[in-house]
Amino acid sequence: MTEGKNKGIVEKIWELLASVKFAIIIFSIISLTSIVGTILEQGAERSRNINVLTRLFGDTLAPTLYDIFEKLGFMDMYHSWWFVTLLFLFSINIVICSVDRLPRIWKIIREPIQPLTEEHLGRSPIKKELIVKGKPDEVKIMVTSAIKKIGFHVAEFKEDKGYQFFAQKGRFSRFGVYITHLSILLILIGALIGIFFGFKGFLPIPEGSSASIVLLNTGHLTNMEELEKERILNALDASSGNISNVSQQLGVDESSLQAKMHRYGIQPLSFSIRCNDFNVDFYEGSDMPKDFKSWLTVIDNGREVIKKTIEVNNPLTYKGITFYQSSYGMVPNAQGIFVLRITPQSGISETKQLHLNDTFTIPGTRIAGTIIDFSPALSFDRQGRPFTYAEMMNNPAVLIDFKEDGKEKYSGWILKRYQTTWKLPEGHIVEFIDLWGTQYTGLQVRKDPGVWIVYFGCIAISIGLYTAFFMSHRKLWVRIVQDKNNTNIMVGAMTNKNRSGFERKIDTMISLLKKRQEGGR
Amino acid sequence: MDSSSLFGISTITYILAMIIYITYLAFRKPMIGIAATTVTIVGFVAQTAAILMRWSETYAQWIAFTPESTFIISVIRSAPLKNLYESLIFFVWCLILGYLIIEFKYKNRSFGAFVTPVAGVVLAFINLSGITKEIEPLMPALQSNWLLVHVMMSFIAYAAFSLSFSTGLMYLIVKTEERREASYLFWTVTLGIFITFMIFMGIDFLAFKVIVKPEAFIKSYMFKGSLINPSAAVRILSWVSMIVIIFIIWRYGSLMKTVIEKFNISAETLDEITYKSIAIGFPIFTLGGLIFGAIWANQAWGTYWSWDPKETWSLITWFVYAFYLHSRMIRGWRGKKAAIVAVVGFAAVMFTYLGVNLLLSGLHSYGELR
Ligand code: HEM
Repeated sequence: MTEGKNKGIVEKIWELLASVKFAIIIFSIISLTSIVGTILEQGAERSRNINVLTRLFGDTLAPTLYDIFEKLGFMDMYHSWWFVTLLFLFSINIVICSVDRLPRIWKIIREPIQPLTEEHLGRSPIKKELIVKGKPDEVKIMVTSAIKKIGFHVAEFKEDKGYQFFAQKGRFSRFGVYITHLSILLILIGALIGIFFGFKGFLPIPEGSSASIVLLNTGHLTNMEELEKERILNALDASSGNISNVSQQLGVDESSLQAKMHRYGIQPLSFSIRCNDFNVDFYEGSDMPKDFKSWLTVIDNGREVIKKTIEVNNPLTYKGITFYQSSYGMVPNAQGIFVLRITPQSGISETKQLHLNDTFTIPGTRIAGTIIDFSPALSFDRQGRPFTYAEMMNNPAVLIDFKEDGKEKYSGWILKRYQTTWKLPEGHIVEFIDLWGTQYTGLQVRKDPGVWIVYFGCIAISIGLYTAFFMSHRKLWVRIVQDKNNTNIMVGAMTNKNRSGFERKIDTMISLLKKRQEGGR
Repeated sequence: MDSSSLFGISTITYILAMIIYITYLAFRKPMIGIAATTVTIVGFVAQTAAILMRWSETYAQWIAFTPESTFIISVIRSAPLKNLYESLIFFVWCLILGYLIIEFKYKNRSFGAFVTPVAGVVLAFINLSGITKEIEPLMPALQSNWLLVHVMMSFIAYAAFSLSFSTGLMYLIVKTEERREASYLFWTVTLGIFITFMIFMGIDFLAFKVIVKPEAFIKSYMFKGSLINPSAAVRILSWVSMIVIIFIIWRYGSLMKTVIEKFNISAETLDEITYKSIAIGFPIFTLGGLIFGAIWANQAWGTYWSWDPKETWSLITWFVYAFYLHSRMIRGWRGKKAAIVAVVGFAAVMFTYLGVNLLLSGLHSYGELR
């Protein structure tokens, strides 16, 4: 008794999980909760969402509502247990619904097509009839070739008074829906693999430096923890990433050191990466970046293994870890090296690397220039006075003071972006090529071993959707029966999709038959 | 002639086509119908030429800025699909193309009286609203080939979805009999909200143009002239007029039914067009909107999915249309209930495209509208 009851429940649950109704409920819940997730800013500070709620519901309700939503996990809802559960139920639903239906579909696909009785043929969803001159044996070839014209390879069946031809096409298109469903699963699995076996972090590298540790996002850390994190980082730095050295140095065993590093989001790379140079180009006459690039070198085991220039939309991948150009900035208090190219009026260019307050001479002359000031973003106010308008290197410029034989000659700003400022009155050219070593390149670092599964799922879903919507399983029967000196042609057909498309095909076939008939007469 | 005057011509032509289509509905003379189609095709050709011209204008600017890039890259990078202005124009282009295909396939012109006004209104909105028409240089993140196919396919899908929206709505209008019926309530209220929002946006636009800043886009000004006006009187008045408009549509909805019945389109055909548009839009949206968008994001930032509002709303839209496709499989859902889902789906499309930029970004105060 009890067993029977249990089975009943299991069956009921199975039925529920296999049903399209359940799918529709899941679609709705995921959509509705996601709407809330787009209104509340995810993973933001409290004040921001209080602000949002205040705008929507007023001051008095906002804090209470915030607390409620916070408790329910809506502030980081896409990682909350219940959202993950929803996705899990969704996956279960897809699996069970497929498992539930596949045997039936498999049977339909496997089933060979049979000739039909006259009565059956008459009940086909698509039916056409026509009469042509001549006996079945005479028109047979004409009929089969017309069928072939619309793409069917028919089998032949001899009847009392004639023949029957039948064929089917696109049986496997019935799998399209299942390919679609299973590839959704594949995408979710790929995403899970990415979450569990991958990481994502940020890596700023100053020009000329290298780095081998990525800092990942972590939850909130206490001051004590921050200090410990700092200590570990310093120790790692000192021992160039050797974990066992660090664990000896800090007096903790290796596995707990690993656990701590994981907790603090310290992700050592098994190689190091150096930023040789970084550069931003701007659109002419504006501060909109056109392109920014980093010249990177991967160093593995002391050997330079890859050199690549990366830019936005063009990352570098090594050992499954990808480095994306994502931002840039200035290194605080850095002393950079000015790279100038000097071309005397009659002579060969010379490139010089100088520090602030260094002096150089223009070859072949007695003119000496001293770099006396620098601005990362130079502009001039209404009175023509120079000022720096941004922290970043939007418009780098150096102020050079020129002397001849120790006597003051002239001084002026030379701007990297403006060619007109490079020329001196005598025709010598002092070009400001770069200020090297003051910027860092901001790299987004990502390891995602699941991404290929996700991409594979994406390809599969495209194929699945194409098959599901644009292909169909078509069956066709054509019966030709003698009717005195004529032949009666009966066409019966069915399809699981796009009936009107199939009907047009059949009409083509019939008009072909009619045309042949007229032509033959 | 430059692209914007050609766009002007196509706008006027579509509005003219609308008038002829409506005349055609009234008199049903074949000649008028042919004239309507011809005018629409003229508008379409003008718009196609305008798009190509804008492409070449952008190309000229691109190579001036970036002489080092190759011909192919320059052509791809200068495709006119980069901001709200250009994408709306492409949307209208797809819509008219879709309509012409339907007219040709179903040999029925009545539908044109529905589609050409949409095209005309959207183009006029683009012209009036002050959305930037400047050809702007491309930010580095936008310099991707994936982006182009992503945007293009998304808009093709949006155009297909908007066709399904109008046929779905027409289906509901034709199929509902009683004022107390839930689906009747649904379509009248939806249409009422749709129309009032249009009117309120018009008011915002006027208030904004006249009073605030003529050159900037409305953005954070949405509905400040009406529903969320600082003055309580205006606010109440707007809400009341919204209710009045909905009431009027609800009360006299049967008139719309009479009009649509004149179209000579059977309810079954409407249902079929709704399904077919979604069956075309859904795979294109999946591939172009979601997958290519994810690939682009992965190349630019190293994450193919980050649950940002735009992405999440695309996913919601996708779920609603998946809902539609599956709802037809449940017994008793084919027909009115499915049509309601199709209408809701387009509301999600609108929100994904406009709402996220205009409303959510105002709420979160981030993201510039381009
Ligand atoms: C967002 C996720 C899903 C997508 C994109 C999707 C996609 C599709 C598509 C494109 C079709 C063909 C529809 C048509 O021909 O009109 C289909 C059919 C179907 N789907 Fe889904 N589906 C999803 C989730 C589910 C789930 C969770 C279930 C679970 C019950 C389900 C059950 C079915 C069934 C039973 C069919 C009909 C199969 C047949 O005709 O043999 N789907 N799905």
